[in-house]
Amino acid sequence: MYKEYLSLKKIEGPLIVVEGVKGVSYNEMVEIKLKDKIKHGKVVQLNGDIAVIQVFENTSGMSVRDISVKFTGKPLEIKLSREILGRIFNGIGEPIDGGGPIFNGIKLDVNGSPINPVARRYPRNYIQTGISAIDTLTTLIRGQKLPIFSGNGLPHNQIAAQIVKQARVAEGEGEFAVVFAAMGIKHDDAHYFIKAFQDAGVLDRVVMFMNLADDPVVERIVTPRCALTAAEYLAFYENMHILVIMTDITSYCEALREISAAREEVPGRKGYPGYLYSDLASLYERAGMVEGSKGSITQIPILTMPNDDITHPIPDLTGYITEGQIVLSREIYQRNIYPPINILPSLSRLMKDGIGEGYTRADHPDVANQIFSSYSKVQEVKALSQVIGEDELSEIDKKYLEFGNAFEYRFLKQSFDEDRDVKESLDIAWEILSILPKNELDRINPKFIDEYYRG
Amino acid sequence: MEGSKGKVIYVNGPVVKAINMKDFKMREMVTVGEKKLIGEVISIDEDLGTIQVYEDTTGLKVGDDVISTQKPLSVTLGPGIVGNIFDGIQRPLNIIFDKSGNFIKEGIGLETIDKTKKWYVKFTVKEGEYLKGGDIFGIVEETPLIKHYLMVPPNVEGKILEIKEDGEYSLDTILIKLDNGQELKMYQEWPVRIPRPVKERLPIQKPLITGQRVIDTFFPIAKGGTAAIPGGFGTGKTMTQHQLAKWSDADIIVYIGCGERGNEMTEVLEDFPKLIDPSSNLPLMNRTILIANTSNMPVAAREASIYTGITIAEYFRDMGYNVAVMADSTSRWAEALREISGRLEEMPAEEGYPAYLPSRLAEFYERAGYVRTLNDKEASVTIIGAVSPAGGDFSEPVTQNTKRFVSAFLGLDRKLAYSRHYPAINWLSSYSGYITQLEEWYRQNVAEDMLNLRAEMMKVLQEESKLQETVKLVGEDVLPDEQRLILEIAKLIKVGYLQQNAYHKEDTFVPLNKQYMMLKVIYSFYKFAKEAVKVGVPISVIKNSNHFYKIIKMKYEIPNNFGDSFDKFINDISEYFTNLIKEYEGD
Ligand SMILES: Nc1ncnc2c1ncn2[C@@H]1O[C@H](COP(=O)(O)OP(=O)(O)O)[C@@H](O)[C@H]1O
Ligand SMILES: [Mg+2]
Repeated sequence: MYKEYLSLKKIEGPLIVVEGVKGVSYNEMVEIKLKDKIKHGKVVQLNGDIAVIQVFENTSGMSVRDISVKFTGKPLEIKLSREILGRIFNGIGEPIDGGGPIFNGIKLDVNGSPINPVARRYPRNYIQTGISAIDTLTTLIRGQKLPIFSGNGLPHNQIAAQIVKQARVAEGEGEFAVVFAAMGIKHDDAHYFIKAFQDAGVLDRVVMFMNLADDPVVERIVTPRCALTAAEYLAFYENMHILVIMTDITSYCEALREISAAREEVPGRKGYPGYLYSDLASLYERAGMVEGSKGSITQIPILTMPNDDITHPIPDLTGYITEGQIVLSREIYQRNIYPPINILPSLSRLMKDGIGEGYTRADHPDVANQIFSSYSKVQEVKALSQVIGEDELSEIDKKYLEFGNAFEYRFLKQSFDEDRDVKESLDIAWEILSILPKNELDRINPKFIDEYYRG
Repeated sequence: MEGSKGKVIYVNGPVVKAINMKDFKMREMVTVGEKKLIGEVISIDEDLGTIQVYEDTTGLKVGDDVISTQKPLSVTLGPGIVGNIFDGIQRPLNIIFDKSGNFIKEGIGLETIDKTKKWYVKFTVKEGEYLKGGDIFGIVEETPLIKHYLMVPPNVEGKILEIKEDGEYSLDTILIKLDNGQELKMYQEWPVRIPRPVKERLPIQKPLITGQRVIDTFFPIAKGGTAAIPGGFGTGKTMTQHQLAKWSDADIIVYIGCGERGNEMTEVLEDFPKLIDPSSNLPLMNRTILIANTSNMPVAAREASIYTGITIAEYFRDMGYNVAVMADSTSRWAEALREISGRLEEMPAEEGYPAYLPSRLAEFYERAGYVRTLNDKEASVTIIGAVSPAGGDFSEPVTQNTKRFVSAFLGLDRKLAYSRHYPAINWLSSYSGYITQLEEWYRQNVAEDMLNLRAEMMKVLQEESKLQETVKLVGEDVLPDEQRLILEIAKLIKVGYLQQNAYHKEDTFVPLNKQYMMLKVIYSFYKFAKEAVKVGVPISVIKNSNHFYKIIKMKYEIPNNFGDSFDKFINDISEYFTNLIKEYEGD
């Protein structure tokens, strides 16, 4: 349906309104021809002969005349083949690395379709990241969606880069590739990732979709969809294990809010649209594994919590959809501990099926439980010691403080280049748990205490 | 009447408006556009109709047809439901898979249970008998666990003119002809938004036994009752619901995955066929029905999924079964209402939710109940709804309004979850309104003093919580030993009793008699320890005693068929303390 319309009714923020249209379909892609360039958009509302179009690029400089609008008759599609590996695209899937277009590919709708729950394979295999806190306490599972809840200035990029570097799939288990979606991040951050991929030796196995801080805001809404479509292609058509890194989800949500405000929709919490949950789900639920394919999509979305507030709608709704979360803490980082993971609010919902006997080590589930329980007791003791002073603490409470310190400086803290085997991490866990008297270890099966306790 | 056709004039997400709609009825099911997307008429204003569409509306055009189906959104009720998994409008996901592969495409059409599959019908009535609504006329063995009683639809009655012989028939075979021309088949249809009728509502009488200690002992749910499980993300709503679906002593489980994760439904599909029901020794899938409208599936169908689930539950209740419905999460349903309401540009009330949110919640929970069915059986529908408050804050509208309409409230606590105290049900803020109604039952079926023990334990927990306020300021060491004992006993209750590991073979389900014996052990220890403290036994001796440690581990070490282990244990404790007390009294 290639009809062109030559005038607009109005331009309003990221939206343009075209009148007198016929045969236009909901959600279809639109090309907007200006004097010197083409912009893109999509139909977001139809009302009689009026179509409301959301423009991905900036609408500034557009006028209601001097413009023509072409309806393409289909939703946004991108072309995909193995050639996308090692390539860089902009936020709506156009190559920007000078390497020319993708030939011989198949075209897929970037919006994807929901995976049928009966077609899913439940994820059960763990990925060793080499980071003790993650491997032991919030184990990453292949096919999981496990976001990093961070804050401005915290080292979420380093953690993601370290995971990419160290989490290579064991040999013989299939090909590995990374899909990277940048939404509103700074050029510096983008360069950091490119360099990190280079250092990890995976640059030719990375597909990048870049919408940077100075790129059009609305385009950001499409960027993760392009990236996830590429990931689905590589995982389900080419049987690869894909790690998708999406950053920054907060910028993405802000873009959604901007459009929602322009459309004068009833706002939900903090001005974000009521459908933020469903919209985020349409991204996050694209992780997983399906019948008939050996590949997998593991997602590590990164979001910066506004004011470090975990109850803000963006982390909150994310946590309700993803299969756990890794929460970073400014307080821990200020004490010079990397990775500054606050384990208590962190969680991996899928680890239960991927750890323990036959996977990591039989004592793993109990050890993890015990550390959570003891470390939460450490917080109570710390609070008490602030009131009455450390000297006044009981012997056992002093032990807890000692354990807390050892946990943070011996177990949690590791360097960016340190790649610990999961068994090594578990051994360190026993080393620090052994600071506590045996009978404080009430979450651990006595037979493991006999085997591993070093009191 | 054929051929009422509307014309689409407006599309905004799942909300479509059409003109030429005056011959359509409210709540009528329609198809929209070339792909025949399924929708429901949600308002009619003269010529203008508003439709919520249950599939993705991408590709719809102004001018597309809206076609009437002449019936309200309904479910098809008959053999083939149990063990199956459906989307929000009762389309079997396996059929959708066959038609569209791994990914759900729109335009699948209206599918339901297989009407060509044959089932062996054993009739229970004869020619010439008079049948009325609800009467059972035949039996189909739907699964090895579930006898499917074929019933006369509530609004049908008459004398049997013709009846088939026992044998194998497909769903659409006419089995019985009545003298007034009406026909009975193996299935009936029922509009999801209308509760199925019963003869009368009866008072609550029995608990829903869940095998979860904190629920059965402290905050029991009743058969025919209502319960809410609110909690922030990661606090254990879904795990608790799964545990109830696995182990509670309902005959039928309807599990509604409403706007939640795809993998959680897959997990049920993979695990339940392998899990064995403790009472029948048959796989749990034989009594389970799944409704899955995950977070990324169309939002309007999420709204419908709750009604689809509850209607199926009522149908099995009408056969005389105790049915338990788990809805995870009712908040996603409320949000679907909000999203559609927003797109309809209705006037929002609190936090953007429509003003009719409380009445919708009330209507839903009212469909639970302990009843006498039309065919004179006692049966029940129990509803257990998860609530996902924004920011984990229970003061938000869905939690608050739900609280008004449910009798048991199992509040999940973020702090408990952070320390991996599971189930993270807060024992101070949770409550069950069923305790008085169930008192007699517990007395007769568990033990005379079961609820007394419960009260004693509750008292310890409440005292401990008060003492903790002091401990936070001065530490534990300065408290007198009687008070420190309360702290230690509370620890026994928390770690040894309230914490229950869903992943542990023995601990995942605990029968009531073991729950009772465990309480008794803790209580004996408490009583003796109190005596001991009085005669000057230091708290450290008590807390470091082997028995203290054994109580914490008894849930794992003493099996569900415990024989006389607990009695022996109590004897040991008694002996230990008697000697200890003697020793100190001697000083
Ligand atoms: N009874 C339990 N036993 C063991 N682990 C539990 C239990 N309840 C919750 N968990 C843990 O908590 C995690 C989150 O629980 P889940 O029910 O998915 O939370 P929610 O539905 O409230 O977001 C689970 O993945 C599991 O690790
Ligand atoms: Mg859940």
